[in-house]
Amino acid sequence: MATITATYKNQLTRFQSLIALLVLCIALSVLTDKFFTADNGLNVLRQTAVNICIATGMTLVVLTSGIDLSVGSVLALCGAITAGCLKNGIAIPSMDLFIGFTVLGAVLAGILVGAVLGWFNGFTITKFKVPPFVATLAMLTIARGLTMLYTKGQPVSNLSTDFAIIGTGWWLGIPVPVWIAAVVVLLAVFVTEKTKLGRYIYAIGGNETAAKFSGINITKVKITVYALAGALAAIGGIIVTSRLDSAQPNAGTGYELDAIAAVVIGGTSLSGGKGSVWGTVMGAIIIGVLNNGLVLLNVSPFWQQVVKGAVILLAVVIDKAGEKKE
Amino acid sequence: MLVAKNITKKFSGVTALDNICLELLPGKVNAIIGENGAGKSTLMKIFSGVHTEYEGEIILDGKTVHFSSTKEAERAGIAIIHQELNLVPYLTITENIFLGHELTNAWGVLNKTKMQEETRQLLDRLNLDIHPNTKISSLKVGQQQLVEIAKALHVDAKVIIMDEPTSAISDKEVNNLFTIINELVSQGKTIVYISHKLNELFQIADRFVILRDGTTVNTGEMKTTTHDNLIQMMTGRKILYSRDEVAEEKKDDLLRLKSIYLKNVTGSDEILHNISFTLHKGEVLGIYGLMGAGRTELMETIFGLHPRFSSGEIFLDGKKLKIQSPSDAIDAGIVLVPEDRKLQGLCTSLAVRPNISITILEQLDRWGIMINKKRETTLSKQYIQQLAIKTFSTETLVKNLSGGNQQKIVLAKWLAKKPMVLLLDEPTRGIDINAKSEIYKLIKQLAAEGLGIIVVSSELPEILAISDRVLVLCEGELTANIPIKEATEAAILKMAIHKN
Repeated sequence: MATITATYKNQLTRFQSLIALLVLCIALSVLTDKFFTADNGLNVLRQTAVNICIATGMTLVVLTSGIDLSVGSVLALCGAITAGCLKNGIAIPSMDLFIGFTVLGAVLAGILVGAVLGWFNGFTITKFKVPPFVATLAMLTIARGLTMLYTKGQPVSNLSTDFAIIGTGWWLGIPVPVWIAAVVVLLAVFVTEKTKLGRYIYAIGGNETAAKFSGINITKVKITVYALAGALAAIGGIIVTSRLDSAQPNAGTGYELDAIAAVVIGGTSLSGGKGSVWGTVMGAIIIGVLNNGLVLLNVSPFWQQVVKGAVILLAVVIDKAGEKKE
Repeated sequence: MLVAKNITKKFSGVTALDNICLELLPGKVNAIIGENGAGKSTLMKIFSGVHTEYEGEIILDGKTVHFSSTKEAERAGIAIIHQELNLVPYLTITENIFLGHELTNAWGVLNKTKMQEETRQLLDRLNLDIHPNTKISSLKVGQQQLVEIAKALHVDAKVIIMDEPTSAISDKEVNNLFTIINELVSQGKTIVYISHKLNELFQIADRFVILRDGTTVNTGEMKTTTHDNLIQMMTGRKILYSRDEVAEEKKDDLLRLKSIYLKNVTGSDEILHNISFTLHKGEVLGIYGLMGAGRTELMETIFGLHPRFSSGEIFLDGKKLKIQSPSDAIDAGIVLVPEDRKLQGLCTSLAVRPNISITILEQLDRWGIMINKKRETTLSKQYIQQLAIKTFSTETLVKNLSGGNQQKIVLAKWLAKKPMVLLLDEPTRGIDINAKSEIYKLIKQLAAEGLGIIVVSSELPEILAISDRVLVLCEGELTANIPIKEATEAAILKMAIHKN
């Protein structure tokens, strides 16, 4: 009987963030006229898409009981590289070499750079035992510096119209960024729930020693996870760049915090092993809806930050209270 | 005088202390002796206020006391020096001694000069010529131990409990420690001295108290007893698990270890010294050793957890293995059920199913990319049934199961891998008696199917109940190889205590 109740409670915590989101939506629908419209809904989703991409990668990292503070900077660098490849290509005068990029080529280059930066994070964390907080904090600064170097501190603007589709286009009545986020989320859900890698991620976060004693290659899993987080940050960067038709050197500043907030509100434990990508998606949408709703309610942007912080605290307090009862 | 009267202590149904009675006299060194698990440390934890719930009475100098915290015990004058020292490594000697009762001036600012001066006096009393501002981390173990004693003197402890104080120090430091103990005794302090090293006890102790299975079996004067006498008293218990007829000797070699050495992390000390033995097919090989003998380290070395610090050769079925990591060992067919199931064996926040299948996900592959969940569930159910694991379903979280069932899950996850050699480190620690005998039955059954099994245990009855042959480890060396026919508790314990 105790087990049945436990399972039931388990289900309840799984839907906790979904319930919170529904309550929030109902409240805003009652309070404002504009909230509950298709346009506004798609608007919220479009604005949330970038955070969903980043936060999905962050979820994988946090599930292994790590953290990635570098995603905002990686986003900026990869956006800039994609824009740079697209606009200027790569020219190496000494070798009399010039490489031009198609849109697809530039996008892949950006994602590749993101994956490499993430791989480097994972490498320093596993091989040199640098705590994830420190390793990715260093990368936050390094990647931002590289962005400034690469762009010389100037935006890279006026990119191709084909490229603009990624951030501004629509397909089947839904914005392209939302499609991208959906694909990212579905893949991540597949990986975490159906594959060996996903199982290892949960096992390492749940008990790294036991994972090691089970013969799991912890180094490989962790490096993969950080590389994925980097690649997903790059995808976020490409969406942002495309949307603005410009790569801003200071893009993505503070995005890591929004991503961590989404992960935490979604019920993933920062000590690892517990949580889900779905939870994070709910968390990201809750933040999006909250931002949107507070604007519609004419609440000052300063108060919006206070409210967002309070919601993060509340989510964790509720989570912890649930744990204690168990 | 410190008296324990009818003390009983249970841990989730398992009795650790059973109606224990003993007296510890002032001005004497009172030795407490007993095999692993006899209840020594549990009793000491009650004396020092770590365990606060128990039945019975503790009487200190004629007054009944019941400590609700270690601080209270300390205030009453009982200090304990643990085997693993309790000092903060990056603080100085002074800061450690005054931790929790710092001296301050009227403004609430630390009075460092006064604390330093008092520390110097304490160190002088112990003939320790070190500056009070030295960091603990730069002291040798023996010196750290003296700092612990200084701490006890500082709170003016009447009773000083020392748990295996000589386990990590050199002979010279031992002599120094004994001089200090003698001085403390002459000042009328009660010294409680716990040690496995009987030779040492004849040197330093005045009285002995022998514990066995949570009760006091004997007390007396050290002068009136002998080495063999003590061992007899420590082991003379009735057989809890009867053996079936002794099976025939196994002859086919399975696993052979040749000259295994293991150094500690700094390379300064040997944890295992020249270990060689053979495990046969279908054999259950028991390995017994006292705390710190290197039992767990031996298992971990075979399993590839210490590749950088170990040397020697391991052969399986005549083939030399190169084991650099657990996955090498697992691939070769050697698996380890570790000592601490919660810390090393299981992801307790996950369900039963993923815990069982974690070792064999390759075999559950579907289309090269995903896990075949149906087969995974079937397989989990099969092991739940085979090992009689009591769980509501395959999706129950492991943390909601009892210790015995958790242990069976660790076994299941390795049996699923179809190993050739099963290393079991303390397979029944902390589980109830029924689950214990179920696991014993399982071990015998697996051996009968041809597996080679090594069981490391700190419980003599367990070793005798399940082994076909017994190896004894003492301070990192193999001291005996006894066929089960000749094995008795006394014979095993003797080899575990003596080197040579």
